[in-house]
Amino acid sequence: MDWGLILSNLVHDTIVFSTALIFAALGGLYSERSGVVNIALEGMMIIGAFTGAVMTYAFQDSLGAWAPWVGFIAAGIAGSIFALPHAVASVTFKADQTVSGVALNFLAAGLSIYLTKIIFDGAGQTTTLNTVFNKFSIPGLSEIPYIGHAIFEAYPTSYLAFIAVFLTWYIVFKTPFGLRLRSVGEHPRAADTVGINVKRMRYTAVMISGMLAALGGATISLTTTSNFSHNTVSGQGFIAIAALIFGKWHPMGAMGAALFFGVAQAIKSLVQIFGLTNYIPTEFIFMLPYVLTILVMAGLVGRSSAPAALGKPYDTGSR
Amino acid sequence: MNKVIAVFTKESFLVPAVAILLGLLTGAIAMLAGGFNPIDAYTALIKKVFGSAYNFGETIRQITPLIFTGLAVAFAFRTGLFNIGAEGQFIVGMIASTVVGVSFDLPAIIHAPLAILAGAVAGGLWGAIAGYLKAARGVNEVITSIMLNWVALYFANWVMNAFFIPAGKQTSEEVKDSAIITIGWLAEMFDNARLHWGTLIAVLAAIFFYIILWKTKSGFELRSVGLNPHASEYAGMNVNRNVVKAMFIGGMFAGIGGATEILGVFHYQAIMTQHTGYGFDGIAVALIGGNTPFGVILAAILFGVLTFGASGMQFSAGVPFELIRVVIASVIFFVAAHGIVKIFVKPILMKKKEGGH
Repeated sequence: MDWGLILSNLVHDTIVFSTALIFAALGGLYSERSGVVNIALEGMMIIGAFTGAVMTYAFQDSLGAWAPWVGFIAAGIAGSIFALPHAVASVTFKADQTVSGVALNFLAAGLSIYLTKIIFDGAGQTTTLNTVFNKFSIPGLSEIPYIGHAIFEAYPTSYLAFIAVFLTWYIVFKTPFGLRLRSVGEHPRAADTVGINVKRMRYTAVMISGMLAALGGATISLTTTSNFSHNTVSGQGFIAIAALIFGKWHPMGAMGAALFFGVAQAIKSLVQIFGLTNYIPTEFIFMLPYVLTILVMAGLVGRSSAPAALGKPYDTGSR
Repeated sequence: MNKVIAVFTKESFLVPAVAILLGLLTGAIAMLAGGFNPIDAYTALIKKVFGSAYNFGETIRQITPLIFTGLAVAFAFRTGLFNIGAEGQFIVGMIASTVVGVSFDLPAIIHAPLAILAGAVAGGLWGAIAGYLKAARGVNEVITSIMLNWVALYFANWVMNAFFIPAGKQTSEEVKDSAIITIGWLAEMFDNARLHWGTLIAVLAAIFFYIILWKTKSGFELRSVGLNPHASEYAGMNVNRNVVKAMFIGGMFAGIGGATEILGVFHYQAIMTQHTGYGFDGIAVALIGGNTPFGVILAAILFGVLTFGASGMQFSAGVPFELIRVVIASVIFFVAAHGIVKIFVKPILMKKKEGGH
């Protein structure tokens, strides 16, 4: 048994499975750093997966290999538009942000399948796409034994996700925009006093959040599943929220947590290869990421370090 | 004073009512955009539910678990907790009742209540895990209960696969007749719609919800903790214990819901590839029902009628039944952002006030 190859495959699969989670967790980061709870990541991912698949389907004959890129970009735009009602409800109308998020999750699940059925003649899923993202090998580096396959043969979306992590870290911690974003999430009144438009910051953050989460969703439909159906996203938005909390609302932390969930998912197939299922029931392997999240949150992470104003609507002129 | 109360109750009734209208309107717009006739579709929906005794009975069956999960979410909400885990609590309620229903041979008078009790305790304990982690470790209950939903799904499948499902099959043995709570004569009256005692238990649970929260000392504590945990702590209440208690009681409601679904409707348990959805729908039911027991029953009725009727809408008017999720989502959205609804309600309230003077 070639351990190097097994390990190489494990890293490779981990990156594939983590990509969508990284995008979505970063999306959650913008929103929550601005003080708006975003439990709607799941719904935003669904909208992204749906839009990505449908737009790619629409352009695959005329644009060929470029079609998934159109789908991917369209998904980002659709996600930020879809996030708008969440901003309206939670920023302007000071609604309970968790409830508004729940509403968006319901809406995404219903709307996407409703539209799928209209577009695809009553079918509950889009037809399988002819063109999706292909894995991209970095010339030279991908020739390195084991490591090449593990890291340098990946979907373009995976590279984008890691770039997005770095960009987010830079934006949030090194730019004036990031400083304003964080101040609005920690102490909106103080931010308001120094002339930061709290509402506008929060609207922007929620829309960026929708865009990134939708890119995560599109990643799934345009790389691993090649179509969109009701279970394309199936709970990954919620895992992304867990990754965000797990990663303590920090881009690198969120990435680390997303990779951790990716490993857990990649191990599933590995366990089957080894025949370990004779000793451990598969159901327990499926349970693993969720149980670990609970254990880690209860034990290692301890009390949460959420942005101080998270979930609190800001009332201009409140004292 | 009475007038003040009257205005308040008016508004607490008007907001959801207007939200429902706005939701139906949003659905109608979505139908028009999709090239369907909303009037035909809504008519078909109503006809489906009220058109035959069987369908009417099945609608009642559909409403029942929604009352339970709605109560589960609403009860925790009263203590300031957001119980997104009703789904998991519902599922462990299902397994517990299947285990008791299949494994024991007892007289019906003991067997059925015992199976329901098992569901209640299992659901309660499952809810209490999230409550305990919140109380003891400060872990956000929204996240733990979401995770516990998935754990429950796989755990239930494991229990079934390992002990109750013969090799090569997808469903467990049927529960013993003595554990079944289907009401034969009532089912016959409704053309064999699957009606069961769970519906009555659901109504009793709503009454229990009301009594425990508003008529007992411990209910006062639970509500007090929900309104202001710091003040409650200062007043000498044990906030942590109340958090666990609220999640246990909430989980019990969902657990009984799962148990009655097995014992009253299916009589066996199948391997699940996805969640039942009742727990998530319960969130909507609780929110639309304003987290009051009576409101939960009304919201469950609305919800059950819409979801059951949606299949008729698809059959006769060609509208995909997922549209109804759009309607429900809009209703939740407008209930959450009641500021939007108040813009619509204001003129009505103003008129009322002018008329009164």
